[in-house]
Amino acid sequence: MNGTGSIDERPLLVAESVSKYYGARVGCRDVSLDIHEGEVVAVVGESGSGKSTLLSVLSTQLPPTAGCVTYRMRDGVARDLFTLGEAERRFLLRTDWGFVHQDARLGLRMGVSAGGNVGERLMAVGWRNYAAIRSEAEQWLGRVEIDNDRIDDKPTAFSGGMRQRLQIAKNMVTRPRLVFMDEPTGGLDVSVQARLLDLIRSFVSTYGLAAIIVTHDLAVARLLSHRTIVMRHGSVIETGLTDQVLDDPREPYTQLLVSSILQG
Amino acid sequence: MLEKPQGMIRLEGVAKTFVMHLRGGARLPIVANVNFTVAAGTCVVLGGPSGIGKSSVLKMIYGNYRTDAGRILVSHRGEWRDVAAAPPRLVLEMRRETIGYVSQFLRTIPRVGALDIVTAAAHDGNVSEAEARGIASELLTRLNVPERLWSLPPATVSGGEQQRINIATGFAARRPVLLLDEPTASLDDANRAVVVELIAERKRRGVAILGIFHDAAVREQVADHIVDVTQFQPETAQHA
Repeated sequence: MNGTGSIDERPLLVAESVSKYYGARVGCRDVSLDIHEGEVVAVVGESGSGKSTLLSVLSTQLPPTAGCVTYRMRDGVARDLFTLGEAERRFLLRTDWGFVHQDARLGLRMGVSAGGNVGERLMAVGWRNYAAIRSEAEQWLGRVEIDNDRIDDKPTAFSGGMRQRLQIAKNMVTRPRLVFMDEPTGGLDVSVQARLLDLIRSFVSTYGLAAIIVTHDLAVARLLSHRTIVMRHGSVIETGLTDQVLDDPREPYTQLLVSSILQG
Repeated sequence: MLEKPQGMIRLEGVAKTFVMHLRGGARLPIVANVNFTVAAGTCVVLGGPSGIGKSSVLKMIYGNYRTDAGRILVSHRGEWRDVAAAPPRLVLEMRRETIGYVSQFLRTIPRVGALDIVTAAAHDGNVSEAEARGIASELLTRLNVPERLWSLPPATVSGGEQQRINIATGFAARRPVLLLDEPTASLDDANRAVVVELIAERKRRGVAILGIFHDAAVREQVADHIVDVTQFQPETAQHA
């Protein structure tokens, strides 16, 4: 993993004191973080820790109850995500950002062919030439190791691992700068996970992607991320370099998480 | 301790204590008041019995253990930077450019072949892909890793070969500071001699090396100074 560029460069995304309440219930509380281009940050914790809520707020799918999230647009200007106009927000969702969901049905249209799923995202940003779209889709399917003779098959005919790889191809086709991943390897067989993790790892370094990966699996954090954020009961309890958090955990809860890993 | 003008690593009053929350918050002092300097082109060996904190000192310098007190100065881009106080992104930058680390354990990456792993380590700012591949091939050859294994992921080869691939990876990256945690443990004589040669070559290039070597003969051959870590035992620590 090559990691990030100059440490002086301004962050891509900054969250300041973000809180999200569902009525009286805490989703996440007073979370601040930043992420730079090419940087992979893992958010770890058990279910109910607030990590998925945090991801939803950072990716503008949920408005925060308090706090502020800014993003440096391609023109270099940092903008408040929750005051963006609809066109700018659409640009982020369709072009500059990617989403890889644990449940592929949230990220794919299951009734549309693999090629159509990838091509759709290109059409959304103005591609019109059918042959060009198909050829670009073929290339990306190849990069995620989906054979070209499956291009006209629907995701319903794909295995779990293939669906995840198709989600990645669909996201990558517009060359996003930031990808949000919610338990991308959850529910997959171990051998299928390894293949997917390797693919994500190589894409992150080849294309200089920034990524925020929500996972309960510390091995995923270890393999993919530069920094790790540990959440519990909606709050961030520990952050640092991933190997530091995992090799020298400081907080009682992090020590418990690390000690619970099965040694492979 | 006198500061040498060409110093590359300098520890000042460094201390480390583990707090084991799963054992009722037991405090486990490891080292205290660690002071020493490593100059460019020299190899300093950490001595003392096992369990005395030698690896912990290396890990604090690399930044994967946190430091509780003191400063860990490393010359980075011509300036002293304190690893103990550096934000994560600076530590990563220092690892990319300045600090190399070879441990006895390889963390394998699924599905990536040995040659590609070593090449990736050699391939940085000033080294082209082709040059990197050349450096990687040379190191794997010198460390007697058979060419038929180069395309295989290290997890699928024997432990001894994994270790040599790991050493090749550590030496492939040209960093001015190199931390070696028992790289020769369980190597045969021929490969141990290769590692001794690699260390001597790095010293001639001006690399500052800090290492732990269990093997007395290796220690003898590579060390310019030995720093006995026993002297940094915290007063409160239980002596074994």
